[in-house]
Amino acid sequence: MIKIEKRNDVSRSIYFLTPVLAIFLTLFGGGIIFFILGFNPIEALKFFFITPISDLYGLSELLVKATPLCLIAIGLSYCFKSNNWNIGAEGQLIFGGIVGGGVALLFYNHDGFYVLPLIILSGAIGGMLFAMIPAILKTYFNTNEILVSLMLVYVAKLLLDYLVVGPWSNPEGFNFPETRQFSDSARMPILFDGLRIHAGIFITLITVFLSWLILYKTYLGFQIKVSGLSLKTAKYAGFKGKTMIIIVFMISGACAGLAGVGEITGPIGQLHRNISPDYGFTAIIVAFLGRLNPIGIIFASLIVALTYLGAETAQIFLQVPKYTGQVFQGMILFFLLGSDYLLFFKIKFLGLKKNEL
Amino acid sequence: MYKLFLRSLISVLFLLGFSLNANAEFKVGFVYVGPTGDHGWTYQHHEGRNAVEALGIKTTYVESVPEGADAERVIRQLAQSGHDLIFTTSFGYMDPTNKVAKDFPNVKFEHATGYKREHSNVSTYSARFYEGRTLLGHMAGKMTKTNTIGYIASFPIPEVIRGINAMTLAAQKVNPDIKTKIVWVFTWYDPGKESEAAQALIDQGADIIMQHTDSTAPVQVAEKAGVWSFGQASDMQRFAPKSILTSIIDDWAPYYVERSIAARDGTWKQQDTWHGLKEGMVAMAPYNSAMGSDLVKEVEQLQKDLASGKVHSFTGPIYDQKGNILVAEGAVADDGMLAGMNVYVKGVEGDIPK
Repeated sequence: MIKIEKRNDVSRSIYFLTPVLAIFLTLFGGGIIFFILGFNPIEALKFFFITPISDLYGLSELLVKATPLCLIAIGLSYCFKSNNWNIGAEGQLIFGGIVGGGVALLFYNHDGFYVLPLIILSGAIGGMLFAMIPAILKTYFNTNEILVSLMLVYVAKLLLDYLVVGPWSNPEGFNFPETRQFSDSARMPILFDGLRIHAGIFITLITVFLSWLILYKTYLGFQIKVSGLSLKTAKYAGFKGKTMIIIVFMISGACAGLAGVGEITGPIGQLHRNISPDYGFTAIIVAFLGRLNPIGIIFASLIVALTYLGAETAQIFLQVPKYTGQVFQGMILFFLLGSDYLLFFKIKFLGLKKNEL
Repeated sequence: MYKLFLRSLISVLFLLGFSLNANAEFKVGFVYVGPTGDHGWTYQHHEGRNAVEALGIKTTYVESVPEGADAERVIRQLAQSGHDLIFTTSFGYMDPTNKVAKDFPNVKFEHATGYKREHSNVSTYSARFYEGRTLLGHMAGKMTKTNTIGYIASFPIPEVIRGINAMTLAAQKVNPDIKTKIVWVFTWYDPGKESEAAQALIDQGADIIMQHTDSTAPVQVAEKAGVWSFGQASDMQRFAPKSILTSIIDDWAPYYVERSIAARDGTWKQQDTWHGLKEGMVAMAPYNSAMGSDLVKEVEQLQKDLASGKVHSFTGPIYDQKGNILVAEGAVADDGMLAGMNVYVKGVEGDIPK
């Protein structure tokens, strides 16, 4: 007989330590996988987790990769904390990219300090508006926000496909599905010569700081927290649920939209069909790995970004299949959810002693 | 001051990287857009890499590299980790390849299907796949009963339009009533979309299916529906043994071997390569005997003539859809016209998506 019981007293420090435990379990599990594949596990793990960030270029790439992940995950934490399941950050990112990219093309060959801020702002608004669709449908028509936000990802992708193949494609580009390269005035300033890390990282850091203020020091943050813990309590306390739902979706969408403009005005420099390697979905792992906490999300985004870089390095040096990166991401989430289960529930082995029954 | 320090640190690290690489053995790197097991585009590049490896030259590959922000990092890492020659095998790597080439003047870069050679260490290469399409058109024109050829196209770029036109012209030559129906799927590799497109074309009466996409899905759909089909990029015969008449094979191996040896021996020079049947970059899989030995002989002769230059895929008179003349009687389209081709010839149905 096995009995599962809810634990009443979950220690706060252990709650924040389990992600670390999940990472160690992932390393261990990954080592076993490498061993089975016929690689020296220590060497493979070294190429996976240490070599990619052993020089300045690698560190800069880590930040380039972590910047959008962190930004989106911060936005998602507003939704997830308040029991709103926004799964469509990828779509909001793409839509933000479309709007921002459209402005960038509108100001093609314009110089002026106002161009880039305008692009960034329009990208954020684009993401925000796109996220309001599932929010409004949820609050006024009682639809399921998981389905609506997820399906809207495909709408955004198809819209992007249409634009880069058709009306926005580069007139000198032989019909290839991409727009022009944006002018310099529409590009994020590069922070150091020879590296790709760009000013977008400041947007992310400011967002993290503001989010910490909002989530922990304001009435809105309190509302979000209470709604997350118990919707009934929130209603009883007289919180206006609908407004809050729309606000968290707006914030979340704006963050994803900012991540989208950060990519197209940063490392990519144009619109094409692959502006995001599923950052919007990976950020869901980041948000949970970071415990929906702004500081935690910073660390989580760095670790998940490292799994991308590591997969490339491990393939270059050892020809380890590149999909191990996704396996690692999956393992981290699996171990995190697994240890959460054990954290919140007790498993009692009652045995089969008849006299005790 | 701080910035100065950082800059010098970076340059020292770069230099250190160079000097370490200088004594290392010769290495060739490959960047693939898909998985090595796609049985199409990437699979064939991987075969080319195997041929280089067989010479005893050390090679490295990175598969499924997205054509976005990640490509530049992968190419740069290959350059930094001591690869002397790097093949980037998809159009979307064009700008990243040129960007990295600027920072690594001692490393040679080869970009497939692109047109930008911004630095002297960047070459481009592509294959005259349209010559294979001419052979396909000849077979399709002879084999069709419904006079309708179904064509699954990826993106409306000159390479794809050239293939559609070459095929249609050759088919018209043997069967003037031919019509080419096209479905644009806007992807290079998506088995689901490709099979839907194949089914749609068959439903519209096409009894020949050909594709400018990389998965084996269309030939499998054709096999099931009992219509003829042609494989793409690699010999797809075993996926549809009855249906496939032949496949156009991209054979990168000779080129990869030649360029790797040149880079190793220091004779590598920048060039823009466009090879076809003659050089063997475009090859044909064995012809299906179901089409009859007479037709097989005809096609084999045509293949020889295309290779020798006796026959050109785009020989006038060629008209566009509205009947305007594109290439005069007896003339041959030049490479400049082929490279920028963006109109359909007469006999193709529909409009090029804009």
